[in-house]
Amino acid sequence: MNKEITITVNGTQHTLEVEPRLLLVHLIREVLNLTGTHIGCDTTSCGACTILMDGKSIKSCTVLAVQADGKSIKTIEGVSAEGQLDSLQEGFHLNHGLHCGFCTPGMVMRATELLANNPNPTEEEIRWGISGNLCRCTGYNNIVKAIQYASAKNRGVPTASTEPEFV
Amino acid sequence: MIQCKTSKAISGMGHSMKRKEDARFLQGKGHYVDDIKLPGMLYMDIVRSPYAYAKIKSINSEEAMKVPGVVAVVTGRDLEKYNLHWMPTLMSDTQMVLPTDTVMYQAQEVCAVIATSRYAARDGREAVRVEYEPMKPVIDPYKAMDANAPVLRKDKEGKKDNHIWNWKVGDKEKTEKVFENAEVVVKQHMHIPRIHVASIETCGCVADYDKVNNHLTMYMTTQAPHAIRTVIALVAGHVGLTEEKIRVVSPDIGGGFGGKVPVYPGYVIAIAVSFLVGKPVKWIEDRSENLQADSFARDYHITVEMAGTKAGKIQATRFKVLADHGYTDASANPSKFNTGLFSIATGSYDYDTSYMEADAVYTNKPPGGVAYRCSFRVTEAVHAIERITDRFAFEIGKDPAQLRMENFIKKEDFPWKSPTGWIYDSGDYHAGLKKAMDAIGYDELRKEQVEKRKKGELMGIGISTFTEIVGAGPSKDFDILGIKMFDSAEIRVHPTGKAIARFGTKSQGQGHETTYAQIIAEELGIPAENIQVEEGDTDTAPYGLGTYASRSTPTAGAAASIAARKLRDKARKIAAYLLEVSEDDLEWEPGKFSVKGAPEKSKTIQEIVFAAYTNHPQGMEAGFEATHYYDPPNLTFPSGAYICVVDIDKETGAIHVRRFVAIDDCGHIINPMIVQGQVHGGLTQGIAPAMYEELIYDEDGNILNGTFMDYLVPTAVESPHWETGHVVTPSPHHPIGAKGVGESPTVGSPPAIVNAIVDALSPYGITHMDIPVTPFKVWKALKDKGAI
Repeated sequence: MNKEITITVNGTQHTLEVEPRLLLVHLIREVLNLTGTHIGCDTTSCGACTILMDGKSIKSCTVLAVQADGKSIKTIEGVSAEGQLDSLQEGFHLNHGLHCGFCTPGMVMRATELLANNPNPTEEEIRWGISGNLCRCTGYNNIVKAIQYASAKNRGVPTASTEPEFV
Repeated sequence: MIQCKTSKAISGMGHSMKRKEDARFLQGKGHYVDDIKLPGMLYMDIVRSPYAYAKIKSINSEEAMKVPGVVAVVTGRDLEKYNLHWMPTLMSDTQMVLPTDTVMYQAQEVCAVIATSRYAARDGREAVRVEYEPMKPVIDPYKAMDANAPVLRKDKEGKKDNHIWNWKVGDKEKTEKVFENAEVVVKQHMHIPRIHVASIETCGCVADYDKVNNHLTMYMTTQAPHAIRTVIALVAGHVGLTEEKIRVVSPDIGGGFGGKVPVYPGYVIAIAVSFLVGKPVKWIEDRSENLQADSFARDYHITVEMAGTKAGKIQATRFKVLADHGYTDASANPSKFNTGLFSIATGSYDYDTSYMEADAVYTNKPPGGVAYRCSFRVTEAVHAIERITDRFAFEIGKDPAQLRMENFIKKEDFPWKSPTGWIYDSGDYHAGLKKAMDAIGYDELRKEQVEKRKKGELMGIGISTFTEIVGAGPSKDFDILGIKMFDSAEIRVHPTGKAIARFGTKSQGQGHETTYAQIIAEELGIPAENIQVEEGDTDTAPYGLGTYASRSTPTAGAAASIAARKLRDKARKIAAYLLEVSEDDLEWEPGKFSVKGAPEKSKTIQEIVFAAYTNHPQGMEAGFEATHYYDPPNLTFPSGAYICVVDIDKETGAIHVRRFVAIDDCGHIINPMIVQGQVHGGLTQGIAPAMYEELIYDEDGNILNGTFMDYLVPTAVESPHWETGHVVTPSPHHPIGAKGVGESPTVGSPPAIVNAIVDALSPYGITHMDIPVTPFKVWKALKDKGAI
């Protein structure tokens, strides 16, 4: 028994018939073909599927599409216009905050909400803030730097050097 | 400070150029295998065994076939008709694609359900009924060696035990003699447990067989697309699928770390189904399947001994290894190296006597032995030598840094022949350790430790000074299934001076699109931003053995350099023609040739390339392209000096890594930013097995932590703020003096952490902790010693 839902994704409204058991991440990836949102686990542990639902970062692998009825969704594709980077994406690029790129969209979406709630987080607050998102490549140092860069840029204060620092 | 020969505009070697590949990943435009959607595509899901060892009495697919959308249930019996139910492993063992009668480990593939959607395939999987007759499994590798242990590989005719192979290297008699006469002998048994690469993207594929053209396109998560194409042709040639009819495409890969080198049964089943039905078949494993069934890493039980003098001179080492390979030897090693490069275990120290022996056994566990961010068993080797070196220092009461300094191979002694026959290319171990000690403030830390100990507080300082061995490898010794381990680069420069370069390797996050461009920019002076790098499509890229074992820079990076030099030679000829001088009268600076003594007379590389298409000398071949297949003359030997400081809560056993300094020597550095990023990531994959990760099995062979809920991949909270630096001793035999870096930190960091923890606990007589060192293990050890 399919159910009709209406959701807004990256500013575009969609009215769709979905199976009640359809996961939101599958709606995003396979129905709407927005493949920037990834799937990295089956236990809500890794955060690769993180998106914003009404501004709140959620793991879309553990939310049903029908639960998103009437909600507004933002995915990585909706963060900036094509060919442009917002301050977080720029921070990740300049500080080498990504390697394979698989966790990156989830990290960016999570960090977006983190900075919305706490525009000037400490390193410890950033580390706890992204602790629901796993990255296997970077060791997190440069993800922290990327978020600090965006925080500074958003607040209009000078950003730290983006050159690597060696002891 | 790293010296650059090129301007920032060119961005050759030494520049921290921002990565060319970032834009697509940051905007959700990466292209991973699960993003592929083809018309008419079917989905495959796999029924897996709940038992570690069982006979399959029956597989009933009747209910599954009633599920809307399910089109087929494929069993081992179905594959047997085409002789596809078994496949060879990289180590010339055999592995089931799907079983016909017996399952050998929990989560083994039992049968596959094919359906028109992902959800239908999963519904079908749940509806398949399999009747098993469980048997008592063999889980402990030592018990597998018992004379009365059940023989697991009954499929192998005449097999009377569970022993796979015995390997030895070194001088046994001489080693025994040194040990007999030694003033000091220390001995330690250790287990390097099973762990998993756990790349955030799991494995998967889309097999797309076109019946009309008899052509297979295989999109898959593979680190070695060319080798896979050849393997498919060798395995499926008998059904008409010959190599020119196969295209393997490795799209963006969400982390590999060695786990995407092997061929898993899922890939083969998908190909077989697509071949039979003529439609594309997608298989994407979920995380729990990935952890439970894909190749594990490590699982070596090691007894290591060191002999030396009371004054602290290392004289000899001896290693005895038991390797648990699961039910088949599916290690990802070069063919002639069944223990990989374990024989690097003699370490960074100047002595000439060592003996090593290893035995491998079958158990009822998943197969594998992937080179997880490690050049074939080097992690195990480094852990053994760096732990026993610390034990030796502790035994004779010498500071472990001092002991290392006194025993290091000296920089003037390179090239240096190790007791097991390797020729180390270059290194300056003293400089590396000195730099690490200065950076962390070693002497002050030792003073602080004395004060802390007076108060009963636990603080430890641990060192690891390791030698890596990477870049496999010279064709005289190194092959995989007979294919020599060279690698390749092809450079095509377009008339307007912009280039495309293709490689036999395959990046999984290492940043090849940037670093290879920088190597070519260094050699030709064409800006790196104008050089497009492509990998992963066997229809377009030159043949190569792929990316693992830190081999991309040592092999394909060298190929890029030499191919570019061929082009520079051609450029010189064209420049001489254009400037009407002899070739000898020209001098090169990055980006142009000019006439000696008349620098105003010059031609830029762009002008020269344009002439190669528009005004080339008569008799010269037109165009501006070169290819090189590089066969390395030796491996490269990166090294590192790592120091870790830990504070331990005595009451809870909680371990806090206060600081970690890593000084790496990977030879000449192509992109410092990327090298540093590789080190950060590798260190985190070092703290992971040191403190958190282990695949745990109970005595019935049930995996106890086969999901991300309980397999503890470190988050940003567990990961320390890593501090990095480098010393540079160029590899003398590599065209650009580079060595490879991706794996050094994973290999080198676990013993630094364990040595720090043991150092903290040493006042209570604790001399060793097996990894992962958890708070519970620490607490229990302190409790057992009466410390709390």
